[in-house]
Amino acid sequence: MVSGQTSADRPQGCESALGVGRAQFPVGDREGLPAGDRERQVWNVLGSVPDPEIPVLSVVDLGIVRHVRWSVGADRRSVLHVGITPTYSGCPATEVIRHAIETMLAEEGYADAVVEDVLSPPWTSDWLTEEGRRKLESFGIAPPLQAVSSPRHLFRAPVVACPRCASRATERVSEFGSTPCKAHYRCTSCLEPFDYFKCL
Amino acid sequence: MSVTSPSNTPVAVQSAHCRYLLRLGDTSLVLGQRLAEWVGHSPALEEDLGLANLSLDLIGQARLLLSYAGELEGQGRDEDALAFLRDAPAFLNLTLAEQPNGDFGRTIVRQCLLDAWQLEVYAGLVDSTDTRLAGIAAKAIKETRYHLRFSSGWVVRLGDGTQESHRRVQDALNEMWRFTTELFAADEVDEALAAAGVAPPLAELQPRWSARIDEVLQEATLVRPAAVPYQWHGKRGVHTEHLGHMLAEMQHLQRTYPGAQW
Repeated sequence: MVSGQTSADRPQGCESALGVGRAQFPVGDREGLPAGDRERQVWNVLGSVPDPEIPVLSVVDLGIVRHVRWSVGADRRSVLHVGITPTYSGCPATEVIRHAIETMLAEEGYADAVVEDVLSPPWTSDWLTEEGRRKLESFGIAPPLQAVSSPRHLFRAPVVACPRCASRATERVSEFGSTPCKAHYRCTSCLEPFDYFKCL
Repeated sequence: MSVTSPSNTPVAVQSAHCRYLLRLGDTSLVLGQRLAEWVGHSPALEEDLGLANLSLDLIGQARLLLSYAGELEGQGRDEDALAFLRDAPAFLNLTLAEQPNGDFGRTIVRQCLLDAWQLEVYAGLVDSTDTRLAGIAAKAIKETRYHLRFSSGWVVRLGDGTQESHRRVQDALNEMWRFTTELFAADEVDEALAAAGVAPPLAELQPRWSARIDEVLQEATLVRPAAVPYQWHGKRGVHTEHLGHMLAEMQHLQRTYPGAQW
C-alpha cells in the first residue's frame, strides 16, 4: 500500500511546508506521528538539502522532489520513498543530490529510505518555487522567464533582466553556461557578467 | 574475442524494439563522445562549454535509452556494458554521428543535421505507445530544442560570415550530406515499430526535417546539396572506419581494467 501525495497533487514542490520549522519534529519515533506530520517532517528535511551547484537552493526549491510516500515492506515496517527527477538528462549533480538526500534522511532517522528516479512528467523550470526564484535572484542568478523554450525562438534570445541592477540592457554571451541549467549573460548597463537559469 | 566475452550478442536475440532503442541510444552516445573530444580545444571558452553541455545531455539521453535497451535484451547488460564492451559492428548508430569532428564548422554542420533529426524523432516518440520511451522523449526534446538553437545559430553565423567560414561550412555540408539519406531510410525495424505505434514513421518526419534544414541553410546563404542514394548502414552495424578508432579511445579504460571504478 502506498500513501502520500503524488507529483500531480503537488506541482509546486513544497512551498507550504517550507514555512514550518524543523524544530517542531525532534528526532525520535516517527511511527507514532500522524501521517500528515510525518510527511511534512520529511519535506522539511528535504528542504535543508542544498543543490550542489547552486547551494542557496534546496532540492525542494528546485522542484526536483516529486513525491514523498510510504510503502509497507516485507517485515511490515513502513518504508519511505522519495522520488527525484533530473533537471537535465545528463546532469552530473543528480547522483550527488541522491547521496546528499540519502545521507540527510539517514541522519534524521530514515536510514532505509528509498530514493527513486522519476522521469515523467519531465522536470520544467516552472517547478522552481517562488521562494527558489527569490533566492536565485539574490544570489546573482537571473531566474527563468516563465515562457518555456520553443523552436519559434530559434534565432532570438529572450530579454533577461540583470539580477544586480535590474537593467534590461543585457546580452547573451553563450546559450550554455557553467552548468547544464544555466546560460551566460552580460549586463551592458553595469557591465557585470551573470548567469541566467534557463527555461526548460 | 574469447567465447566468454558478452560483447557481441548475435542480432537474432535482440528484438526490433531493442534494436530501435540501441539505434537511438548509440546515435546519442557516439555523437556525445564526438562532442566531448572538443573539450579544451574549442575556438572560444563559451563554445567549449556549449559543446560540453550538448555532450552531457546526449550522453544522459544515451544512458536512459541504453539501460532500457539492456533490459529488453535480457542478457544482463546495463548501459555501461553496452557502451564500453561492445565492438563497432554491434553499435547501431547513424553513420553521420560517427564522422570525425574536423574543424568547428564541420562539427556544427553535423550537429545541426542531427539535432533537427532528433527533434522530429522525439516529437513523434512523445506519443509512443511505449510509455517509458515516451517519457524519455519528453525529457530529451526539451534539451534538443536548445541544441538545435545553438547549432543552427552557428551554421547561420558561419555560413553568412566571412568568405572563409562560408567556404568551410559549405564544404562540410557537401561532404556530409550523403549520410543524411540514412536518417529517413526505413528498414524492417523501423517499419515494425511504426506499425506497433511505438515509433513515428520515418517517411512522415522527412519533410519536416527537410523544411527546417532549408530554413537554416537559406538564412546561412548555404546551398543544399543534391540528394544521394542510400548507401550507408551504420544503423545496421556497418560502419565507416572512423567508429572503431573512436571506440578504441572511449573504451580503452574499461577494456584494459575491466570493472574499474572511481
